Amino acid sequence: MKAGKVRRRTLTYAGLGAAVAIFLTGCGTQFQLLNPAGPVARTELNLFDISIVLILIVIVPVIGLLLYIVYRYRDIPGNTAPYDPHFSDNRVLEFIWWGIPIIIVAILGVVTVRTTISLAQPPGSTSNASPMTIEVTSLDWKWLFQYPGHKLATVNYAEIPVGVPVQFILTSNAPMNSFWVPRLGGQEYTMPGMALRLWLQANQPGDYYGHGANFTGRGFAHTTFHVIAVPMAKYDQWVKHVKTTAPALTLTGYKNLAIPNVVGELTYSSYPANSFYNTVMNDGGRFMPSTMQVETSLHH
Amino acid sequence: MPISHLSHWGLLVTGDPLLYGADASIILASVGIVFVLTYFKKWKWLWREWLTTVDHKRIGIMYLIAAVLMLFRAGTDALMMRTQLALPNQHFLGPEHYDQIFTTHGTIMIFFMAMPFIFALMNIAVPLQIGARDVAFPYLNAISFWLFFFGAMLLNLSFVIGGSPDAGWTSYAPLAGLHFDPGPGENFYLLSLQITGIGSIATGINFLATIFKMRAPGMTLMKMPLFTWSIVATNILIIFAFPALAVALALLLIDRIAGAHFFTIHAGGLPMMYINMFWIWGHPEVYIVLLPAFGVFSEVVATFSRKTIFGYKAMVSSMLVISVVSYFVWAHHFFTMGGGVSVNSFFAVASMLIGIPTGVKVFNWMFTMYRGRIRMKMPMLWTIAFIPCFVLGGASGMMLAVAPVDYQFHNSYFLVAHFHEMLIGGVVFGMFAALYYWWPKVFGFILDEKWGRWAFWFWNIGFYVCFEPQYALGLMGMQRRMYTYPSGMGWTALNFISTIGAFLMGIGFLVMAGGIVYSIFKGERDLTGDPWDGRTLEWSLPSPAPHYNFAVIPTITDRDQWWTLKEQGKQDTLRPRPEDIQPIHMPKNSAKPFLIGVAFFAAGFGFVFNWYVLAAAGLFCIVILLLVRSFEYHSDYHIPVDEVVHTETALGRL
Amino acid sequence: MAAIVEHTHGRVEHDPRPVEYTVKDDSLKIFGFWLFLATDMILFATLFATFVVLRTHVATGPSGHQLFDVQGFIEETFILLTSSFTGGMSTFFMRRGSVRGTVGWLLVTAVLGASFVTLEITEFLHYVSIGATMQTSAFLSAFFTLVGTHGAHVSLGIVWMLAIVIQLFRYGITPATARRVFIVNLYWHFLDVVWVFIFTVVYLTGVMM
Repeated sequence: MKAGKVRRRTLTYAGLGAAVAIFLTGCGTQFQLLNPAGPVARTELNLFDISIVLILIVIVPVIGLLLYIVYRYRDIPGNTAPYDPHFSDNRVLEFIWWGIPIIIVAILGVVTVRTTISLAQPPGSTSNASPMTIEVTSLDWKWLFQYPGHKLATVNYAEIPVGVPVQFILTSNAPMNSFWVPRLGGQEYTMPGMALRLWLQANQPGDYYGHGANFTGRGFAHTTFHVIAVPMAKYDQWVKHVKTTAPALTLTGYKNLAIPNVVGELTYSSYPANSFYNTVMNDGGRFMPSTMQVETSLHH
Repeated sequence: MPISHLSHWGLLVTGDPLLYGADASIILASVGIVFVLTYFKKWKWLWREWLTTVDHKRIGIMYLIAAVLMLFRAGTDALMMRTQLALPNQHFLGPEHYDQIFTTHGTIMIFFMAMPFIFALMNIAVPLQIGARDVAFPYLNAISFWLFFFGAMLLNLSFVIGGSPDAGWTSYAPLAGLHFDPGPGENFYLLSLQITGIGSIATGINFLATIFKMRAPGMTLMKMPLFTWSIVATNILIIFAFPALAVALALLLIDRIAGAHFFTIHAGGLPMMYINMFWIWGHPEVYIVLLPAFGVFSEVVATFSRKTIFGYKAMVSSMLVISVVSYFVWAHHFFTMGGGVSVNSFFAVASMLIGIPTGVKVFNWMFTMYRGRIRMKMPMLWTIAFIPCFVLGGASGMMLAVAPVDYQFHNSYFLVAHFHEMLIGGVVFGMFAALYYWWPKVFGFILDEKWGRWAFWFWNIGFYVCFEPQYALGLMGMQRRMYTYPSGMGWTALNFISTIGAFLMGIGFLVMAGGIVYSIFKGERDLTGDPWDGRTLEWSLPSPAPHYNFAVIPTITDRDQWWTLKEQGKQDTLRPRPEDIQPIHMPKNSAKPFLIGVAFFAAGFGFVFNWYVLAAAGLFCIVILLLVRSFEYHSDYHIPVDEVVHTETALGRL
Repeated sequence: MAAIVEHTHGRVEHDPRPVEYTVKDDSLKIFGFWLFLATDMILFATLFATFVVLRTHVATGPSGHQLFDVQGFIEETFILLTSSFTGGMSTFFMRRGSVRGTVGWLLVTAVLGASFVTLEITEFLHYVSIGATMQTSAFLSAFFTLVGTHGAHVSLGIVWMLAIVIQLFRYGITPATARRVFIVNLYWHFLDVVWVFIFTVVYLTGVMM
């Protein structure tokens, strides 16, 4: 008897320990969405937490109640639970279970709308730095980053300074893809002929995994890229280094990039003037000025 | 880099041992079927009793068989995907094959498994529940079936001829356009869905007319069984949603075969429009397959708790609210397409709102069990298993409705886990509950409980082992539709566990099939017609029901008519009295629905390969067959009183 | 039982219902056809939405303003609207039990329909001859598809009407043939309504823009 109790307790502790271990390792950086490295991802994670709590208010009682009801009213001989075959109507109960979800949806709706509005704005800067812009073009099967501020370009990686809000302006010169850097924030589609804006910001230096999230064909699994956040001084150094050492991206070079294949990381000290703008316009942008979320900033 | 060569496509798909294996087994199976039919001299029987039938019960059975076969096929696709993803950097499938397989998996599961399954249930149960002898348009019903059947054949044919579609079951332009996706695979997708979709629209019209116009006297709308109500809600969705899909598919096809510019990148095409049109159909579609499952649960839960359904009116209104609101949530499938603050807010809140009536239904089911007597038979087990699964899936759905959270989870494995939890835990579990529930009514014997329980536990454990890790994979940033993934991301262990779960479900399927085979020979025969102590009209009939269903159309006074009569000890009022029997007006069998299916198949196949002569011939035959039908004035007959009396006597009802 | 009475193909005397509604099967089919029209309405609504979105996407091709000939589409409109009236006349005579009247007006309707289709094909051929094809621009893809789908509906309606004319000669006016006349006219009026929208949304707005 006693031995059994002890063994059960040991098992309980072992189980708890395993759960805690999983939880701890689980919250290691491999759970990228639970480890935000910037304000956007942090806001989204907070909202995720709020929604979990609100939803648990409903689902925990539901599952508990289900287990209780199924056990209590099972059809076995000698079950003393009341049997009332015509119990089919109860205003109070129905009022409760229409009411509670309505309240929860109301709360969730309000925080959702507020967050949706706030995420369309630049995230609060930690260093009062003015926002910077990077133009992103998804190609088959690679990512082209163009820095209009420095007139330099990279493929499959982007360096950004820590603490600076970055405005990614997204388009595609291939089937649509989706630009996603989980630890910095949620994704946004890259659409041919459209220029969509996504605000992200890194608050700590690091090499952040990014990937296309919308299927684009055979090479899709290889549309990985990296966003490397470094302190401002290092970032300036990197820019200087690129401007002095990297080759230029020519029109021919751009055409070669547009060929469907998989390439590694590339760096260019310059790119053809207006190439991002022209891509958007040529892929249909000229027909739909309303979808240019960022039209004014495009022309340079 | 691994992907440097373009996929070759000729007429016959070649170059892979897996495919040769599949080819060989398809040929062997076909030869086997032909041999068995010839050996047992069954061709005539097949033609007369099945291929030309217009009887809703037989059409229901054919839908059911097709749905189970397609579940097997698309389930095999799923297992191949899970095998490929069990470990990182595998080469069991290359990107070309993986892309094709996840495309056909989704396409078949939705269009050729879930849809025929709900059509099977509608056909099997609705006329019997409302006291009708057939559907409103039996001939059209047969056409619907054959359009579905030949649509399914066309898509499955792509596996061996021409190559399967590979742009995902959503087939987003411009990826699915000719420029990025040459080859016939995508054409197969567009045409097979177009053909089956026409059939679905016809079914929607047919069952609405049946339910609104052919109910037994006394059965007012608010006395209809809840399953029938769910079919009303579903069919309203079908007739208003499927035309949008028809247009989306047609325009993409016109782009591909006529060089138009609806969704191309150049000359003003607008890919975003395809996505909108697809989901204007696509979200209602989720409820098209889910609502009938809700109807099944409502029937099962009341029957096996021996209790009136709780909150009938709330059940009806919640289904109707769902069917209306589900038209206004489509953009939640692309919160990340730059819709802007107001669009995203609107669709986020609308998507959350739909959770309210759905949640109310869950409470109503639970309070139907409350103060009941719950019998743990197979249909009830599946219903009880459904609730926690659906509640979890609904919870993750609520999170995905929160637009900013969706920015993170969209297109990740979190999303994959969510919709499988809804579509397996909701739809498939519901279909299984229905399968065990109505099986004796259809075939006259009960499916074995022991086999059923083994299958049940394999399925359920397999389900959670397969999909719960995928939520975590989503949190780890794994995208859907990757044919492989690198090691070192921490994704390996969870993927491996998920694969184990998938195979457990595969075993569950086999055990289920084994249980069916076992029950055919050894299953308990249903001699009463009412094996579950049922509540609605279909259980007042013998199992299987005679082909005219009701010798005398009953008059309805109560919601649970059969149950009420049993409580009052007046079951005999539903037995026919000889003096009430009149000649019964029935539709004649016809070969034309089958031939229309063949003609659609020929036309579709012609368009797939741009063989316009064949396509035109097919379309011409369709018009001719429709005209011939228009000239047909004697497509019905009367069963004489003697024959009805004879049949009823043989069934022991007179 | 009522069914047997309902399915005898003679018309019950003094039945206040119109002839096409006197037999249950036929009235059921009319109800079913209304539901079909609802689906067809969604189909056209989707095509209209497509057109409205794409009508400024003219790329290198002509715009509607440059393309449309006012006289041409006014003529088409007049012919089709008139045919709706003549179709209504056929229903009127069908209710009065006149085979000659019904057939005559149906034939007039079919002829008007045929001239409408001829005009439309001529219009399309003209556009193609000046290089404005479906492949030119998204606007033209949407234009040809929307207007062409309507034209295909009209063409099918003509074939259908002719088939019904033959049946009227063969069987006279019975609940079964009356139902066919009634349904084909429902279809025809529906196409007329769709055309009114095409006239406004495609042509009128097109020449104004």
